[in-house]
Amino acid sequence: MLSSLGPEARLLAGGQSLIPLMKLRLAAPRHLVDLNFAPGLSHIDSAGSQLRIGAMTRHAELEASADARRVPILHDCAAGIADVQVRNRGTIGGSLAEADPTGDWAPVLLALEAEVVCLGPQGQRVLSLASFIQDAFTTALVPAELVREIMVQTPAAKSGGAYFAFKACAPVYAAASVAAQLTLEDGVCSAAGIFLGAVALTPVHAAQAEAALMGKPVNEKSIAAAAEAAAAACDPPADLRGSKDFKRALVRALVARALDAAHRRARGESVEVSHLYA
Amino acid sequence: MPEAPALVAIRVTVNGRAHSLSVEPRMLLVELLRETLNLTGTHIGCDTSFCGACTVMLNGASVKSCTVFAVQADQGEVLTVEGLAKNGELHPIQQAFVEHHGLQCGYCTPGMLLSTLQLLEKNAHPEEKDVRKAIAGNCCRCTGYQNIFKAVADAARRLDKDKS
Repeated sequence: MLSSLGPEARLLAGGQSLIPLMKLRLAAPRHLVDLNFAPGLSHIDSAGSQLRIGAMTRHAELEASADARRVPILHDCAAGIADVQVRNRGTIGGSLAEADPTGDWAPVLLALEAEVVCLGPQGQRVLSLASFIQDAFTTALVPAELVREIMVQTPAAKSGGAYFAFKACAPVYAAASVAAQLTLEDGVCSAAGIFLGAVALTPVHAAQAEAALMGKPVNEKSIAAAAEAAAAACDPPADLRGSKDFKRALVRALVARALDAAHRRARGESVEVSHLYA
Repeated sequence: MPEAPALVAIRVTVNGRAHSLSVEPRMLLVELLRETLNLTGTHIGCDTSFCGACTVMLNGASVKSCTVFAVQADQGEVLTVEGLAKNGELHPIQQAFVEHHGLQCGYCTPGMLLSTLQLLEKNAHPEEKDVRKAIAGNCCRCTGYQNIFKAVADAARRLDKDKS
């Protein structure tokens, strides 16, 4: 159907970004193909160490899912996106396909090394999320292709993650966000994924921050070094959500909080995490 | 000017009443409620998906009706503020808002009531942090929210008592 309507057709998922964009005339698709009535796109399947999340799964369904709660960083993200009403409509696949620089899911799913299953007229293909996101509002999807599923490997037993977004209030875009996933082995950090959201056109991979932790015990000192490295790794744009310096300071603080929570979870502690409001 | 799009036939149940309608595909759910069905209790505050004044229940889930197309409610059930009172008696949530002065100008109130209903359907005994989270998508410019928190807490007690 999408191919027959041509390039001016857009897919409508939860509509919580696309409909506001259309009202502002920032998007004016000639046709909308509503996925809300399409079967087979909404599920959370847990098999072995893999979680398969249908593209049309609502944020609220992920928030309530016991399977998603077993990967705490997924719950942190789902439970804090915008507000109840938006979470009741908005979808994980729609969020990734929109590739808004302030989107919550991308940094979280990058830290989990998620893969995106895309379905189009040429068949199905699986892309790493890192290669799926190409630029602000730009993905690897080709015309008439859609996101079918997101695949996440359940982290190892001694792994923990956390996601924090800082925003003025629930329904607005975040000024900055941080996703961190750590794995411990013999008391030291053996794997780390740290991604920063809303501070560039696409999520920033804070590789130097990860390097600051690798092979070291996770403590105040190594966390401070990682937070410093993450702040140095980004060059956030000044806008209504804050100046460059403010956002850098924010990234430093959010990385420290996320690493602390991730570390405690990796050690088996239960830690409540929620998005932060100004 | 682009030609007018063909009308789409939908069937939607609003506050228990079934309607068969023909709507433009671009019509928003809130426009259908207010302009076609004359249910003007649902308010448009910002029209940008921020303020929550237009909150209604669609198939049991609270949504901002300015950010859903009317055609998406096809075969669905909608509950608006007009559907809360039964037989001339205010819903316990409405009564709690009245008694605790959970409103001043009243503009945000329809959305607040529906968000409260969504909360209390899922969590009969909310703590204040749950209430704050539940109405985070509803903006009130008058009250400072304190009396709304009191009203929601009291509404929870009333609904709990009704059940037992």
